[in-house]
Amino acid sequence: MKDSSQVVEASKVDLVFQTADGPVHALSGIDLDINKGDFISLIGPSGCGKTTLLRLIADLEKPTGGILRVNGMLPEEARLNRDYGYVFQSPALYPWRTVVGNLKLPLEIMGVEKADQDERTREALEMVDLTGFEKKFPWQLSGGMQQRVSIARALTFNPDLLLMDEPFGALDEIVRDQLNEHFHRLWEQTHKTVLFVTHSIPEAAYLSTKIVVMSPRPGKINEIIESTLPEKRTLDIRETQEFLELSQRIRKGLRAGKSYD
Amino acid sequence: MNRLLNSTPIAVLALLVFIIFIWYGAAIYLNSGVLIDKYERQKTEWSFQLLVSDSWSMGRPVLPAPHQIFEDLKKSLFDQKITSKRSLVYHGGITISSTLVGFLMGSVLGILLAIGIVHLPTLNKSVLPWIIASQTIPILAIAPMIIVVLGAIGLTGLLPKAFISAYLCFFPIVIGMVKGLRSPDPMHLDLMKTYNATQSQIFRKLRWPASTPFLFASFKVSIAISLVGAIVGELPAGARAGLGARLLTGSYYGQTVQIWSALIVASVIAATLVFLMSYMEKIVQKRMGALI
Repeated sequence: MKDSSQVVEASKVDLVFQTADGPVHALSGIDLDINKGDFISLIGPSGCGKTTLLRLIADLEKPTGGILRVNGMLPEEARLNRDYGYVFQSPALYPWRTVVGNLKLPLEIMGVEKADQDERTREALEMVDLTGFEKKFPWQLSGGMQQRVSIARALTFNPDLLLMDEPFGALDEIVRDQLNEHFHRLWEQTHKTVLFVTHSIPEAAYLSTKIVVMSPRPGKINEIIESTLPEKRTLDIRETQEFLELSQRIRKGLRAGKSYD
Repeated sequence: MNRLLNSTPIAVLALLVFIIFIWYGAAIYLNSGVLIDKYERQKTEWSFQLLVSDSWSMGRPVLPAPHQIFEDLKKSLFDQKITSKRSLVYHGGITISSTLVGFLMGSVLGILLAIGIVHLPTLNKSVLPWIIASQTIPILAIAPMIIVVLGAIGLTGLLPKAFISAYLCFFPIVIGMVKGLRSPDPMHLDLMKTYNATQSQIFRKLRWPASTPFLFASFKVSIAISLVGAIVGELPAGARAGLGARLLTGSYYGQTVQIWSALIVASVIAATLVFLMSYMEKIVQKRMGALI
């Protein structure tokens, strides 16, 4: 076993999909180390394999080459161990369950005791600021609220690693800003390791400690940018020179990967 | 005015009036041949008026007029003791009970088969073609055999008829439920995978609730088919009770009015059963958070 603070280690990870039109190289030679407490954003144009990389780490796909470890284990072992919480692109709430019912879903499956379930759902709802909405069904909530429920659902069983696939991608900019600020505060309090897929440069710059810039055909990592921003951030930081420079570097990285061609 | 016309009871009533109007006309048209023959044989003078009134009041008409059926219905539903062999309540009750028992058996069989097909790839490949083939056998042809064979091993009365109902009604349930149990969104299934959920947890917490709309759609088709199965099961000689037996004796003795009243009772039963199913569906959907 290597350093215990290594949450994800990837070296030369490859993924080739066999399709009717021949093999498609979805990911090629991915080298990535993620430390405990990191907030990593994966940014890049559509088709660069951001989501696929996330799904590999979650063991929803299997790599065709290279070595991938999650918490020092194979991704499958980590999944069976319930080491991570996954937040999908859409809220993926079960429409026949209330907010509380949806939050309890992972707890029921993991066999958490009833009294404990109530306590944990209450805490998770508090974290995403949705106390009072327990009895509502998903369709009664706005898109932003639904996505908050889906984040709370990933928090109920308190995993140390959060895998988030463009969780705010479908929301309008105002709600998105709100959730970004909220989620940053949440990360500050819990210091969970987060792997966050996004299309948005300001979102990546604002939230992350490290930004992984990817490029398509085949999907690969172009550059890993360390954030120079202080850990404590409010939305106002986006007006500072430092933030603009960081955004510039990300955009440059994307351009170098021919993402704008 | 438009709202009035769009309301369901008014629409149904309007259609009913229209059908009855056509029916009276058809009764004149279909019965006139027999009547005109009779007039000519007896060399009676006849007018159109006489033809109309006679064609609506024949003893054994080709097509009885609505009011004749209505009178027969009234007589056989309300003017008899319900245990009497002349009571349609008695016959209807017998048909309903084998319909419901058959529906229950067919539903259980259909749901179990669907669960098997969705979870076991071998069953998916091996059983589905047989299920489809089973439905190409004309039930009218084998119903008497089923009754006779089961009679030979000592099964008589309600059960053989219920088997025929079950045989007919499991099919839509299998097809609907296979689709329903496979209906969950891939993302919902992935979510379960990230939780390391077992197959049975995925079934109970995702596949089953996701399939309820399909379940009720299948139930509504099946319960009506189940009634048809029960009636068909009563047709072969030997069944002395039930709506099917009423239809059979009616056609033996040319009692067209009796046939029509039995048919109307059967359709009222079918409509009621389907309506009850829709009602149950609404209750379940409401509990599952649907906006109705």
